[in-house]
Amino acid sequence: MVTSITIDPMLPQPYLVREVSKETPDTFTLRLDPENGARDSAFRPGQFSMLWVFGVGELPISISGDPTLSNRLIYTVRSVGQATHSLVNQKVGSGVGVRGPFGTGWPVEAARGRDVILVAGGIGLAPLRPVIYQVLQNRKDYGRLVILYGGRSPRDLLYRKELAKWARIPETQVLVTVDYGGIGWHGHVGVVTTLFKYSRLHPARSVAMVCGPEIMMRFVVRDLEAVGLSHDDIYLSMERNMKCAVGFCGHCQYGPHFICKDGPVFRYEQVRPLLEKYEL
Amino acid sequence: MAILNRLARAEDRAAQRWQHILAADQLGKLIEVLVRKGYEVIGPTLRDGAIVYDHIESPDDLPKGWTDEQKPGHYRLHRRDDGALFGYVVGPQSWKKYTHPAEVRLWAAERQNGTFRILNNEGKPVHPRAFLGARACELAAIAVQDRVLLEDKYRDPIYNRHRQGAFIIAVQCTQAAETCFCASMGTGPQVTGGFDLVLTELLDSKGHRFLLAAGSDRGAEVLSELKTLPATEEDRREAAAKVEAAARQQVRSIDTTGIKELLYENFEHPRWDNVASRCLTCANCTMVCPTCFCTSVEDVSGISGDHAERWRRWDSCFTQNFSYIHGGSIRTSAKARYRQWMTHKLASWIDQFGSSGCVGCGRCITWCPVGIDITEEVRAIREGGKSGDP
Amino acid sequence: METLERIIGEHPFFAGLDAGFLSLMVSCASNVRFTAGTYILKEGDAANTFYLVREGKVALELLAPPHKPIIVSTISIGEILGWSWLMEPYRWKFSARAVDDVRAIALDARCLRTKCEENHDLGYEVLKRFAGIVEQRLDATRLQLLDVYAVRR
Repeated sequence: MVTSITIDPMLPQPYLVREVSKETPDTFTLRLDPENGARDSAFRPGQFSMLWVFGVGELPISISGDPTLSNRLIYTVRSVGQATHSLVNQKVGSGVGVRGPFGTGWPVEAARGRDVILVAGGIGLAPLRPVIYQVLQNRKDYGRLVILYGGRSPRDLLYRKELAKWARIPETQVLVTVDYGGIGWHGHVGVVTTLFKYSRLHPARSVAMVCGPEIMMRFVVRDLEAVGLSHDDIYLSMERNMKCAVGFCGHCQYGPHFICKDGPVFRYEQVRPLLEKYEL
Repeated sequence: MAILNRLARAEDRAAQRWQHILAADQLGKLIEVLVRKGYEVIGPTLRDGAIVYDHIESPDDLPKGWTDEQKPGHYRLHRRDDGALFGYVVGPQSWKKYTHPAEVRLWAAERQNGTFRILNNEGKPVHPRAFLGARACELAAIAVQDRVLLEDKYRDPIYNRHRQGAFIIAVQCTQAAETCFCASMGTGPQVTGGFDLVLTELLDSKGHRFLLAAGSDRGAEVLSELKTLPATEEDRREAAAKVEAAARQQVRSIDTTGIKELLYENFEHPRWDNVASRCLTCANCTMVCPTCFCTSVEDVSGISGDHAERWRRWDSCFTQNFSYIHGGSIRTSAKARYRQWMTHKLASWIDQFGSSGCVGCGRCITWCPVGIDITEEVRAIREGGKSGDP
Repeated sequence: METLERIIGEHPFFAGLDAGFLSLMVSCASNVRFTAGTYILKEGDAANTFYLVREGKVALELLAPPHKPIIVSTISIGEILGWSWLMEPYRWKFSARAVDDVRAIALDARCLRTKCEENHDLGYEVLKRFAGIVEQRLDATRLQLLDVYAVRR
């Protein structure tokens, strides 16, 4: 199926940094507005952009903003190396190149009429946040919303104010846990899979979306299976080395899938035979 | 058989197409006509002990009277006892040298008031080229790359620019090298489609000549400007026999029955350890393979920091960093990397693009420094069975 | 006592336990409450009681001088607190602090240990269930050890 893409997907479009806010000691949320104000920055929850910093390089970053606000792009970025460090240190008003959006999105439409279970680990909450926004804005179209979120420690948790806000919404359950707690922490301590037993799930009418480190996703999916969700109702967001994001460079291949165009969101059934293969 | 289907388009299929004979000394005229029509003619030439593609001006630039001897990890040129112009098969290069160039600048940008501007990057118009001497396996490879780079979710504008204007003069192989296995892959040696003109070289007591046919309107137009003689039934039979002989001459083959499942289900086959102990991960196979398309993107900036460029270069899944993510690579071992290449080429490609990625040209066998033979590896995995005897 | 029996019987840990055994267990049981901040058990103390948590959250802590104690896990409603009472030398390896107000059923470990020795069938049922809990905790702990959210360089 040929999609006639008229904008060259290999050319970065200039966007200006409007805001940089600190989420955790190493993670920042950036708001980018198109330099040409008229440009539509629509995206689907789960998609990602290739962000280019002049003279440094380009990175795949999931979009983590509200999909109804199509005049801006929001990204939550963890500073782990030279390129991400450079990105999170951009001054307000500086230009960042944006290519995209690329990839498949979360099954937000398909989940209508069902309970939505979101399981996030670490920075994995960022690609899922647009789903939360979309579900909350169309609340009556969905059943219960269950958000299970695990982080390394209390100070590594993202979107704390929003999590508290979401927890107060009816028919919504938000459970948060950390791997390492401290005296001031009154929440759960333990990996995110330990939250399952506290959550009220109705497997037959649920759709689960999982995002986090691959090991975490593997264990979460196992527990979702054990609780009774079918393989077609569990979705994961996979990650591999990304260079072109348009299916030409070959780097992001995961078995027969190109993460950039067949993913990053996959149904569990698509990747089940691949998850346990070493060095795939 | 998807590749064959793509090539045998209705307008190319014509049992009566072999109507013309072109005398060998008229080949220069063909080149002249092409040049007059604005094409740069690229063809096989002899350089550094190999037959490589380069700009040619006349038939004198062709490797007249040469042939190649190919074995695993072995390539030598020898003199023929005749003056055949196309008496060899394929060398280390393929047409992707021109259609999917090894090094391309994607765009340039300059800093401006805290932001940046992409400089006028309208791709320089590509001088139209005529590819003289494309073999059946190469036409199949071009069709495979067309599918990957033009007919999937996105269209590669660079490949499009270099490929669409190319005038293709195919040559049917009348001999096979030891490393050829196009017959078993269903891609040759007979040329069935995807060309503008096709030649079959005949060199015998009746003279040195080419059986010639057009495969497109522009091919027919070029043909009409050449002095040709009508082909006889005998000419046609002789050409067909030679092509058939080339097929029979092939000693290697891949049994592609259920090959996708075979490789998907044998991820842990001990043969992978066996080949890993030999593979140097030198990436030669990916460089010479006519369907390998992987590239990498490199961002470079000038010393002043005001000018930046993005370049695209050929890359290989055999490199250590190809699968780098989060502080390490996914495929660190040679085993994982060889397995990735072979599984992609023969199996995953089918799921991705509807056909095998391999056209049976044998280059990977010839140019592997340690002579790893992809046909042998498939056989070993198939015959090893589930129990995994290497 | 009937109320306690019903509560214990409904607790997921004891699901499926023979009615006779349930009565045996009940004779070792009592209702308890802990206010937030209280230490329910202390590292090093004799392990003579274990708890079925009915309400609230409990943090399992390890002393880590010179730092503040580290919480390695929290357990909550429906879970069992403490298994060191099952094995020699019957001493707690962790401290457990009530994070919220906690309501629980306390089971006298010495009483239960004696009953298990007297009735090996009861002992087997108890051990089977504890083995399951230990397995779950071990899996979760291993995952926690992987430090999956850390940045690898």
